[in-house]
Amino acid sequence: MSRVLVAMSGGVDSSVAAALMRDQGHDVTGVTLKLWGGDSDSGCCSVSDVEDARRVAAQLGVPHYVFNFADEFDAKVVDPYVAAYAAGRTPNPCIECNRSMKWGRLLDRARTMGFDAVATGHHARITYSGDGTAELRRGEDPAKDQSYVLSILDQPALAMTLLPVGEMTKADVRAHAQRLGLRTATKAESMDVCFITRGGRKKFLDARITPNPGDIVDTAGAVVGVHDGVRGFTIGQRRGLAVATGERRYVVDVDAATDTVTLGERRDLLCDEIELSRLTVTGTPIANGTSVFAQVRSHGAAHPAVWLGDVLRWETPQPRVAPGQTVAMFDGDRVLGSGIVA
Amino acid sequence: MVSGTYLDHAASTPMRPEAIEAMLPFLADHPGNPSGSHGGARVAKTALETARETVAEVLGARPNEIVFTAGGTEADNLAVKGGARAARRRGLDGVVTTAFEHKGVLAAAHRLESEGFRVSEAEVTASGLVDVADLAGKLDSGTALVSVMAVNNELGTIQPLPEVAAAVRATAPQALLHTDAVQAVPWVDVAILAGGWDLVAISGHKFGGPKGVGVLVVRGGVPLDAEIEGGGQERGIRAGTVNVAGVVALATALRVTHEQRSEETRRIGALRDRLRDGLLAAVPGAFVNGAPDSTTAGHLHVGFPGIESEALLVMMDQRELYAAAGSSCSSGATEISHVLVAMGMDRDAATSSIRLSLGYASTDADVDTALAIIPRAVAQLRAPVRK
Repeated sequence: MSRVLVAMSGGVDSSVAAALMRDQGHDVTGVTLKLWGGDSDSGCCSVSDVEDARRVAAQLGVPHYVFNFADEFDAKVVDPYVAAYAAGRTPNPCIECNRSMKWGRLLDRARTMGFDAVATGHHARITYSGDGTAELRRGEDPAKDQSYVLSILDQPALAMTLLPVGEMTKADVRAHAQRLGLRTATKAESMDVCFITRGGRKKFLDARITPNPGDIVDTAGAVVGVHDGVRGFTIGQRRGLAVATGERRYVVDVDAATDTVTLGERRDLLCDEIELSRLTVTGTPIANGTSVFAQVRSHGAAHPAVWLGDVLRWETPQPRVAPGQTVAMFDGDRVLGSGIVA
Repeated sequence: MVSGTYLDHAASTPMRPEAIEAMLPFLADHPGNPSGSHGGARVAKTALETARETVAEVLGARPNEIVFTAGGTEADNLAVKGGARAARRRGLDGVVTTAFEHKGVLAAAHRLESEGFRVSEAEVTASGLVDVADLAGKLDSGTALVSVMAVNNELGTIQPLPEVAAAVRATAPQALLHTDAVQAVPWVDVAILAGGWDLVAISGHKFGGPKGVGVLVVRGGVPLDAEIEGGGQERGIRAGTVNVAGVVALATALRVTHEQRSEETRRIGALRDRLRDGLLAAVPGAFVNGAPDSTTAGHLHVGFPGIESEALLVMMDQRELYAAAGSSCSSGATEISHVLVAMGMDRDAATSSIRLSLGYASTDADVDTALAIIPRAVAQLRAPVRK
C-alpha cells in the first residue's frame, strides 16, 4: 500500500481514478486545485466542481482538500498565455498547467508531504521497462487518449505518477462510476480552457493587452484587409478572417512585430520541417536521426518524421504549426518527448 | 466529547452541555410560536423573553435593546447597512471601518459603497491593532457609522474600543458606533469593552451556543433600517419567527461563559502559553504574530518559516489535529488572509502561519498532542525531498 494523492478535478475520470486507487488498497487522499481566482464558467476551478470532488471523496471515504495555487497559476500559466498571444504565438495553457502546476507545484508538495505517488484521471498509461524506466504510452481509448498533453513529463515525474483510468475506455470509466453511484458519472466533459469565461478568448485577452490593428496581406504582400489585432489569428485558421476572397484562404503567417497577418492557400501552409524549443524527454535523449511519429494537437493524427536535434523533418510536407504549440514525438504508442514550436 | 484534537474554537465551538439541555424542550415539547397567543405560544414567549433578559444583562443592555438574528454575519449586516441607510436620511453618508474586519462587515460596507456612501478603511498596525490615529483622520461631521471589531478573529488581538469611541465622539459625534464582538465573548466582558456602543454583534456558536443564532444590541433610540421585513418580530427590526430553542441555548451558553470567564481565561491562557512556548522551543525560527500583550487567552497565531500552512494543516488534519489558516472561501481553498495583508505582513510569513485557537473545551492533552504533532510535521515539510 502506498500513500497516493489523487488530483480530483470534479470530473468523472479523476473520480474513478480515486475509486480505483482506493480499491487497489492505497491510502488515498483527494485534492482539488484552485487555480483560477477570477470568474470561470467551466473547467477545473469552479466552486461546483470542487463540491463534486468533495462529495465523491466523501462517498469513497477518503479525505479531500483544496490546494490554492491561484497565484502561481497566474504567474506560470495565465500571464505567459497572454504574453504569447500578444507576441503572435498560440500557446497551449493546458500543457503549461500540467508542466508547472500538476507535475510541478502539486508533485513537489506531494513529495514534501511524504506521498509516494500522485494519481490523475488522464487517459494515458505508464509502463516500466526491464531496467525500471518509466514509459509513457497512449491510453486504452484512442478517442480519449491524452498522452499528448502529458508529453512534457520527465522521468522523475513519471516515476511518481499513476494513471489508473488510462487502461480503460471512457465508456468503461462512466460505467464504473455508475456502478459506484458517483455523482459525476454522467457529468459533461470540460472542453475549454478553464480560465476563459463565456466572453471568449478575445475578450479575455483584450482586458489584458491592448491590441494593435494592422493589415491582412496575401502571400505577395498585397493588402487584402485589416484586422483589429493579431491575437485573433492562428496559423492554419480559416474561419473568421473577414476577408472576401474567391477561394478558401488560410492564415499562413502572423507577425506581431509588424502587426501583419498573411493569408494564403493551403499549399502555402505546407512545410518540410519544424524547429522545436524547450525539448523535454520522457526517458533517454532522442538520438539525432531517430524516426518518430509526431503529433501536433491533442487529438490529431501522428505523422512520420525524423528528429534531427532541434528540428523535426516531416517525411511528407505537413501544414505549418503555430509557434507556441506543442509537438509530441512517439515511437509506436510510447511518448519519447516533446517540444514547443519555435 | 469533541472528536479529534480541536484547536479551532475561533471558527466554532462545541456546544456547552448546559446549552444543549436548555434548548431540548423547545425542539419537541414546546413547539409554540412565540408570536401566538395560546398556552403553547406563551411557554415559548416566556422562554424567549427570559433569554432576552439574560443576554441583556450579560451584554450591559436593556432587554428591549436585544435583537435576535440568525447569526453574527446577519447581525453585522443589519448594523452596518441598516444603521448607515437610516443615517443617510439625516444627511450622513460616511462609513469608516478597518481593513481587517470580518467579511460580514467588509462586504456590507462594500455594498454601501456601491450605493454611494463614502466608505474608508482604517489601517492596521503590524501587531494587529487598529491604527486609531489613522481612523480618526478618516472621520468627519458627515460620518454615519463607524465599525470596528472588538477582537480580531484571526489574531485574537483585543482592539482599543474606548480610544476609538473617544475619537469618534470628538470628530463625528453623530456617527453610530458598531462593533463586531463575535470573537470577543469568551475572553472579554463585552459590556465593558464596548460599553456605550450603539450596535454590538455576537454569535452563539463562538461561545458554546448553537450555529445560526446571533444577537445585535441596538441601543434605545438608534434608528435602524430593517434588512429582513415581514411579520414585525423583534420590534420590526428583524422579521421572522424567532429561533426559540437556539435563543434559549445562546442565552444559556452566554450566561455560563460569563460566569466562568475569569476562571476559564486563566486556565486556557496557561494552556495557550504552554502551547506557544513549546512550539517556539521545538521549532527553529517559529514566530508569533499579533500583539501578545493585547491578545485573548485562546488565540495563538504562529508562523513556521519555510513551510506552507496549507500543507501543514493537511498533515495535522491527517492526525486529527484541527486548526486553520486565514479564512475559508466557499470552495474550501485557503486564501491569503486579508487580515495579515492589512497588517503589512510579507507573503512568506503570511503563508507559513496558522491559527491555533483554544476554548472552554481545551485540555492539557490537546496541548500535548499538538506539541507532539506540529514540530514533527514542520520538520518533515522542511526536509529536502528526493526526486
